[in-house]
Amino acid sequence: MLEISDLVCRYGKVEAIKGISLSVQRGQLVALIGANGAGKSTTLRTISGILPSASGRMVFEGEDITRCSAREILARGIAHCPEGRRVFPYMTVEENLEIGAYLRTDSAGIEEDRDRIFTQFPRLAERRRQVAGTLSGGEQQMLAIGRAIMSKPKLMMFDEPSLGLAPNIVEQVFEIIEGIRKTGTTVLMVEQNAYAALEMCDYAYLLEAGTIVLSGNGNELVHNNHVREAYLGGDGRRHC
Amino acid sequence: MTRLFPWVALAVFASIPLWLHDPYLLNAFITTGIFIIAAMSLNLLLGYTGQLSLGHVAFFGIGAYTSALTSLGFDVELIGGLRVVHEPWPVWTGLVLGTLVAGLCGYIVGKLSFRVRGAYFVIVTISFAEVVRLVALNWVELTQGPLALTSIPPMTLGLPGLGYFDFYSKQSYFYLVLAIVVISYVIIRRLVYSRVGRAMVALKENESLAVSVGIDVTRYLVLAAVVSAGIAGAAGSLYAHYLKIIDPDVFLFLYTITMVIMVITGGKGTLAGPIVGGLIFGFIPVVARSFAAPEVQWILYGLFMILIVFVLPQGIVPAVENLFTARSKAEFPASPKAKIQDAP
Repeated sequence: MLEISDLVCRYGKVEAIKGISLSVQRGQLVALIGANGAGKSTTLRTISGILPSASGRMVFEGEDITRCSAREILARGIAHCPEGRRVFPYMTVEENLEIGAYLRTDSAGIEEDRDRIFTQFPRLAERRRQVAGTLSGGEQQMLAIGRAIMSKPKLMMFDEPSLGLAPNIVEQVFEIIEGIRKTGTTVLMVEQNAYAALEMCDYAYLLEAGTIVLSGNGNELVHNNHVREAYLGGDGRRHC
Repeated sequence: MTRLFPWVALAVFASIPLWLHDPYLLNAFITTGIFIIAAMSLNLLLGYTGQLSLGHVAFFGIGAYTSALTSLGFDVELIGGLRVVHEPWPVWTGLVLGTLVAGLCGYIVGKLSFRVRGAYFVIVTISFAEVVRLVALNWVELTQGPLALTSIPPMTLGLPGLGYFDFYSKQSYFYLVLAIVVISYVIIRRLVYSRVGRAMVALKENESLAVSVGIDVTRYLVLAAVVSAGIAGAAGSLYAHYLKIIDPDVFLFLYTITMVIMVITGGKGTLAGPIVGGLIFGFIPVVARSFAAPEVQWILYGLFMILIVFVLPQGIVPAVENLFTARSKAEFPASPKAKIQDAP
């Protein structure tokens, strides 16, 4: 579904991504793990067209999207749920969801999807006219996810969905992501919580200093010695 | 009550010429009204898209000169001996052309500078205003330079079948300005509450997020610049036909500052903000004049401005709104916060 080859991305002269290749198959949940500053978020931002790539190729559903704008990429069906529960703080919950459907023109479908999100997240329905900035962290993350769903994506990218959330909310968020995958949406997820990510994914890539050093299915990576030592805290038993 | 408020305000303003006959005060209302229109246009950019145009007076001045020249006619020789002669046109076409030409300039400036935005936009707009001022000062053949364009005809409106109506008296001009204030208010309101307006607010709140939900940032900024510049141009046209004389001083930086002060103190990003701010800072000199020496008047102006910025940093209108919502919230003792905390 998504094929990335030799992607390079620079901030000025600094290469944040040094030629990575990865692929995401339809219906999969793919995780991108790695330490801070490894280039995980940069990868997602480049795929979604917010950052330009210096070289390399990105192909989505057979079409080259390397030079596409963020808008065109979204229109083709890649939604990005950015890091740090990004919502529009002065807009209401409802407005935040509606703006997620900005590129859609089927107003009946938009309303239907919005109502579905409200049934899925009753907490958001209760606060539909509340300004998003006053929501709790977990609710904001749910709103950000809901907003991404509103664009009806084929591929949804999550950037650190668990960051800064209370442990019980983290679990809830992961359940939501599993749920999204079950409805047939492909998911590409960046996650620092390596154990949780590896547990739920079909395939994972380990990013270190802008290059992919390892890849394999979740189970393989969980049992890999390097991963265990560097990311899973020695014995790999520690959860969260 | 809040729904009714604009109508009440409109009725009050519409009644002013009926009981106020002092020409000096009427004059103050008219010039203040013209600056309120300009401030409203600036607010569209500054308040709703977050882009500060510090050369906004350029669009005002372009509107003024275009309108004046349309109604006066001109005869200039361009490079290569090409002569352009323009016979005087009816004055109302000046208002229309002034708006359009200013809007076109807004398009060009927006297209050029919105790729970089922020500080660069501020610089581009300042330079643009300065360049236009120098052109107006030095292209004597067209603009008379510092000698000023004089005997600009008063605004006239041709109504088919009803003959011509000219806005020569202060009373009639007051209504003309009021009408343009209302039209501008309605245009800005419709824009802000539309899909486009929401996109503008989104990109002001968080640009990279706005991009990621598919908003074409540059397009909406340019659109805001065009509408904003067009309205400023209309204000300039009203100014020219009211004073009946304009010189390159209409491009003074001071006027931009006046507009910015009106928007910031009134409350940027609110529809009523520039009107409230405009009335206050339009009338401080008028009121202060009755009891203070000229130098003290401007000190008062400055003091008042500093006071508002310090006490109500968001502006007067948001502060008043907060006061009202705080009261209505107090009537609901169960705050939604309580529920958030016991969330699982």
